[in-house]
Amino acid sequence: MISKLINRKILTLLKVQYSNMLEYRVEIALWAISGIIPFFMLNIWTNNNLNESINISDTLLSRYFLCAFFVRQFSVVWVVFSFEEDSLMGKVSPYLIQPLNPFFRYFAQHLAEQITRFPFALIIAFFFFIFNPESIWIPNLGILLLSIVSTFLSFLIQFLIQSIVACLCFWTEKASSIERLLFIPTLFLSGLLAPVVSFPAYVKSWIYLTPFPYLIDFPANLLSGNETNISGGLIMQILWIFILFPLFKKIWSEGTKKYTAMGS
Amino acid sequence: MNLRKYLKVYKKFLHTSLASELEYKTNILVDLITAILSLVGSIFLLSIFFQNSGYIGGWKFEQALIIQAIYTILNGITNTWFNPNLTEIVKHIREGTLDFVLLKPIDSQFFISLKKINPSGFLEIMLGFLLLFFCIRINEINLNLIFLTLSLITISCSICILYSLWFFISTTTIWFVKTWNAIEVLRSFLYIGRFPLSSFSFSLRIFFSVFIPIAFITTIPSEVFLGLSVFWKILLEIIVAIIFLINSRKFWLFALKFYSSASS
Repeated sequence: MISKLINRKILTLLKVQYSNMLEYRVEIALWAISGIIPFFMLNIWTNNNLNESINISDTLLSRYFLCAFFVRQFSVVWVVFSFEEDSLMGKVSPYLIQPLNPFFRYFAQHLAEQITRFPFALIIAFFFFIFNPESIWIPNLGILLLSIVSTFLSFLIQFLIQSIVACLCFWTEKASSIERLLFIPTLFLSGLLAPVVSFPAYVKSWIYLTPFPYLIDFPANLLSGNETNISGGLIMQILWIFILFPLFKKIWSEGTKKYTAMGS
Repeated sequence: MNLRKYLKVYKKFLHTSLASELEYKTNILVDLITAILSLVGSIFLLSIFFQNSGYIGGWKFEQALIIQAIYTILNGITNTWFNPNLTEIVKHIREGTLDFVLLKPIDSQFFISLKKINPSGFLEIMLGFLLLFFCIRINEINLNLIFLTLSLITISCSICILYSLWFFISTTTIWFVKTWNAIEVLRSFLYIGRFPLSSFSFSLRIFFSVFIPIAFITTIPSEVFLGLSVFWKILLEIIVAIIFLINSRKFWLFALKFYSSASS
């Protein structure tokens, strides 16, 4: 009974958000294009033969960056910006009355956006293969499934982190600037611009304890067939979710007590 | 065009927007930390590239740092002027308040591109200058009058090109209403400006000098600093900057013909 209810809620939310997202196809296409930074980085790497020093062949590196692009496409999170706007406009108040945590709404929004984005990401990948035909490969089914799981886990980690930041909206009006601050280490340490293997030893010694390499580097390595510790990576991802989720619940319950219904 | 009137109006703009921005003092601090971290991150990335290779696209590490410095200054300028005003233009068009701007006895382009200012960008500009002075010392550049005028000319041309690019995209808001994602595309392309143009492959180099002249924005001023620049390149940059400025103006006037206000 309860599970049926939840199912219905989730399905309805997804359907509504998907049709909503379909209206903004052009925007989502543009957004997909804005994620092509990994390809520029790949260009620097291969054009200057920098990959020789880290023992990754051109082909494997180009696969890595393509996978990094894909993982990034399906783990982009912007909940803090939506929540900040809603909370400044006073839209959070009606959501709070509903018997459903408003973050489910945002969650469905993100999933729907990912579905809309999928064809565009495929088109970009298609062009990538036209320019780099030697990097075409077909990962086996098991690896593909595992990397989808780990990409989803990476998305969950980022969603939780951003939701925690979003909850700071209850205390300060501009939580998005904190998110912009957090985005910097995510950008440089997650492996979007350079694979974590290439990092100097003094960074590698501690980076695997932080959530960053599991956001893009780990799923991308998994999917592209580069060397990686599969079980270790998945365990760390799940561990981070277990750390972040209670934190989010705590800050949410504290925050809703502080809520002052701005703008209404 | 009455210059004195415009100066007086601009003083008022400065006063009002500074007053409103200084309300969020902690925000400015967070933005400063973000700017510092982002600079540290890009130097870190650069150091990965130079880990096992002395030259990238013919640039030494110390020389490539100049590009970072100029990028940081230009990014600071973007964050101080272009970005906050663009946000305003989108709002004006969505809510139809552009009507009020157009009715004012003042040039509309002047009004909407200079109305707002975000003081936290100043800190980034200063940060960029600090790095630039440091680079001048480690590269043993001797300052003389010709060099100073040339670098001043090229940097102001870069600012003009950058402004035109931003303004072009903001102008398209009149047709598309929501242009956030187009901005993200521009931002991700601008990211290329952090690296010397010669480190990219030939096709990308052509793309970034012909279609989106990002190459001109940071590489040419840096070449001037190093005394590597050829006269025709500087001349070309001046011409490109003038073409861009004139066209951004024309495009704005053209777009205004299609403006049909909102919900009225």
